[in-house]
Amino acid sequence: MLRRYSVHLILAVTGGAIITMAYQEYLSLYVMSVLMFIGVNIILSTSLNLVNGYMGEFSCGHAGFMCVGAYVSSLLGVWLFAKDKVFGTAVLNPDYALYAFPFILLAGGVAAALAGLLVAIPSYKTRGDYLAIITIAANFIIISTIENIGAIGGSRGFMGMKRLINSMEDIVDLPWMPIWVFIFTVLCVWVIRRYVSSTFGKGVSAISQDEVAAEIMSVNTNKIKTITFMLSSGLAGIAGGLFAYILGYVNPGSFNIMKSTEVLVMVYLGGMGSLSGSVLSAILFTLLLEAFRFIIPVINDFAHQIHIISPDYDISQVWRWVLIPLLLIILMQFRPEGIMGNRELGDIFPRLKKFYRFK
Amino acid sequence: MLVSIIQNIINALQWGSFYALIALGYTLVYGVLTLINFAHGDVFMVGAYIAFFVSTFLLTTIGLPGWVVLALCIPLTMILTSMVGVTLERIAYRPLRKKGAHRLYVVITALMCGLILENANLALLGASRKAFPPLIEVYVYNIGGVIFTNLKIAVIITAILVFLFLQWVVTKTRVGMAMQAISYDKFAVPLMGIPLDQIIVVTFVLGSGFAGLAGLLFAMSYPILDPYMGALIGWKAFIAAVVGGIGDIRGAFLGGFLLGAVEILVVAFFPSTYRDLIAFTVLLAILTWKPTGLFGIAQTTKI
Amino acid sequence: MQTQPKTNDAPVMEIRGLTQNFGGLKAVSDFSVKLGKNELSGLIGPNGAGKTTVFNLVSGFYQPSEGEILIGGVPTAGLKPHKVTSLGVGRTFQNIRLWNDMTVLDNICVAQHSQLNYGFFHSAIRSKHYLQREKEITEKAAELLNVFDLMKYADDFPKNLPYGTQRKLEIARALSSHPKLLLLDEPAAGLNSADAHDLIRLIRWIHETFDVTIWMIEHHMDVMMQLCTQIKVIDFGETIAEGSAEHVRNHPAVMTAYLGDENI
Repeated sequence: MLRRYSVHLILAVTGGAIITMAYQEYLSLYVMSVLMFIGVNIILSTSLNLVNGYMGEFSCGHAGFMCVGAYVSSLLGVWLFAKDKVFGTAVLNPDYALYAFPFILLAGGVAAALAGLLVAIPSYKTRGDYLAIITIAANFIIISTIENIGAIGGSRGFMGMKRLINSMEDIVDLPWMPIWVFIFTVLCVWVIRRYVSSTFGKGVSAISQDEVAAEIMSVNTNKIKTITFMLSSGLAGIAGGLFAYILGYVNPGSFNIMKSTEVLVMVYLGGMGSLSGSVLSAILFTLLLEAFRFIIPVINDFAHQIHIISPDYDISQVWRWVLIPLLLIILMQFRPEGIMGNRELGDIFPRLKKFYRFK
Repeated sequence: MLVSIIQNIINALQWGSFYALIALGYTLVYGVLTLINFAHGDVFMVGAYIAFFVSTFLLTTIGLPGWVVLALCIPLTMILTSMVGVTLERIAYRPLRKKGAHRLYVVITALMCGLILENANLALLGASRKAFPPLIEVYVYNIGGVIFTNLKIAVIITAILVFLFLQWVVTKTRVGMAMQAISYDKFAVPLMGIPLDQIIVVTFVLGSGFAGLAGLLFAMSYPILDPYMGALIGWKAFIAAVVGGIGDIRGAFLGGFLLGAVEILVVAFFPSTYRDLIAFTVLLAILTWKPTGLFGIAQTTKI
Repeated sequence: MQTQPKTNDAPVMEIRGLTQNFGGLKAVSDFSVKLGKNELSGLIGPNGAGKTTVFNLVSGFYQPSEGEILIGGVPTAGLKPHKVTSLGVGRTFQNIRLWNDMTVLDNICVAQHSQLNYGFFHSAIRSKHYLQREKEITEKAAELLNVFDLMKYADDFPKNLPYGTQRKLEIARALSSHPKLLLLDEPAAGLNSADAHDLIRLIRWIHETFDVTIWMIEHHMDVMMQLCTQIKVIDFGETIAEGSAEHVRNHPAVMTAYLGDENI
């Protein structure tokens, strides 16, 4: 009994604790936003792992789908429930914003899933590095398209989502963003877990291990590829929607190849085909990124104190993006299969299996 | 009409030359290692900066005349840039390869190396852009309305010479044949007494050296340098290499010139913000139609 | 989901005038054969004769240049391999193609993909229907593993099994969707004589136990002699002889084709 519900219990306690602390304002806004970005990054890395790890493709344009989701859910939300200079007055009464919000996010996910077809259809004929190019091109195309639509702000971006969150909080006074991020993160990992552990979803691994054998052994490879790409990009779209509402502002520049690279790093750091690895590495990577904000000034002060750098040079935050890749390169030299390899938490600590069941 | 066509062809050839010179670095490394060397665009950027430092040093500190500086700058830039490429191979890629890591982990390492090059540059040299000193007198010619400069023609000629040289290296020399052999069968090659690691180093020397040359030419043509100049152009050159058929020198050049032509055409008819959008859409269409690129051999699965 | 055969007395498989060109090369030329219920038939020929090409055509991996293939009376033209498989064709490969990073049990389960009868949505919400089907499939797989005496390896990865066991597992996987026609592509390749002997027994046992027509490619003539009632010999894509094992063995055209081949 305990085993059956242990994961639910842990999740409920963690979620409850975070939200209570957010409500009581024990956590600063900064800490809250880091926690929320951890959630978004978990969705991104697990969903990309579905394609890059489980299916063995090499998609490097995940941020493009995130962008579609972010824009669609932002535009839809603002159009429906907020007064804005692009759309004018709200179409619906902002009092319904709270109930409509999950559907707005899902709409973003659906739009991103449709954008995923841009990659899924070429994948019938080609795979490997050639497909990788197509994903990169898709990322550029998506960004570039949005940059060229002046009506929604073009490359300057789009804002107004904060009003929606405010009207949600007006209805029921709860920290809604952390709640939504938490719910959707859990939902995302849960759906992926169920998908890949079903016999239907094991067709994904079959494609990765031997596509010819899979097709001849009755796996409808095109269908599985379509579903997998669409699921992966759809979840990225949801992550994008959450991202947009957390920031209250989107611009196409934040979904460029650099963002895709970040997600790739999280996937390979965690280990290809390991869901718990992806979750773990998303948490670690986000924390690492934030930790450097504080570490770099310390290093700077120290370097000045022992006079190894000239007094008029400061080690700035730019060094973050030198040190983090360096750290990752070193990490990969020691663990060239990622933190978890292709194993799950339960495979590494078999005893844990006694205590949880997560399906 | 004809004048504008010729004008656009010249512009396209010059613009495509840069893509071609960078694309060949991707193609060479991919052909030998099946590794997408994502740091290559940034190696190009480093090349441009090396050219900047070498030429300012020679011009101002030593005070040599411009044409001497250029003559010295070409080999120096190429040598120094190829050292950067080889260093990346030695310290980042080779250890992973020896450990038998999954190919994609090497690709991620390459991405990380690119980030380090970009941001270390930004951190060390600051965000201010560098202005490249003029090395030679730029003459503008006007033949029947077609306007071009000596620099443009030099760029195009250089790209063609490099193409002929590499085609000769790959098909006629022992090293080139060893490269081809490696791309066919990585396991048999060491057994045949071909030194695998040395061939790989030669590949990186060639690829990075010509990226350095491209950096120098680019800096001379568009004399403003910034740390992120290699990122977008690198991605594009890579896509150009794949469109041409990655692993094939001819493909890299064809893809490069094709991309150059598409971009110049787009700018001629549409607002310039549409350039990337249309260029990438065309490339995507080509890849969907011919998934292994124009010169690529269709993959056959044997069962 | 399975397309019902038009007539019940249609042959399990019928090939009419099958021709396959690869560029200028004629890999298979005007090949015809008819296999009835419970037949155990062989296809032999020297290396490069086009045997595997015939199998690839039957399983839908290639589309024939000319001619047609009927499985239980249903033409397979234009069908993707997974559709052909769900018509009732199972096959093994010359070089073992198991899913090496999936457990033995999962290998058998996934091969029943055409009979799952549920999709992504069911797997996400874990509906009753899903749980029911999943249980049935696992039970069927376990039963098959038991029958093949492979249950002890259920949680192992195929790559860790001995070669002979991998061959056996691949045959079991091919049978997991209960095909009417089983194509065996050189099942004895790479086996030592003891293993090959076991394999003969296994194939004969499959033939007796399962309601299945077996068509096999093999180089080992003794294997063929012991098993097959009917053998067809092809060379350069052309049929050069057919008949009983004894007849084929002494056929002059076969002798010429195989000259220098040690297996005959």
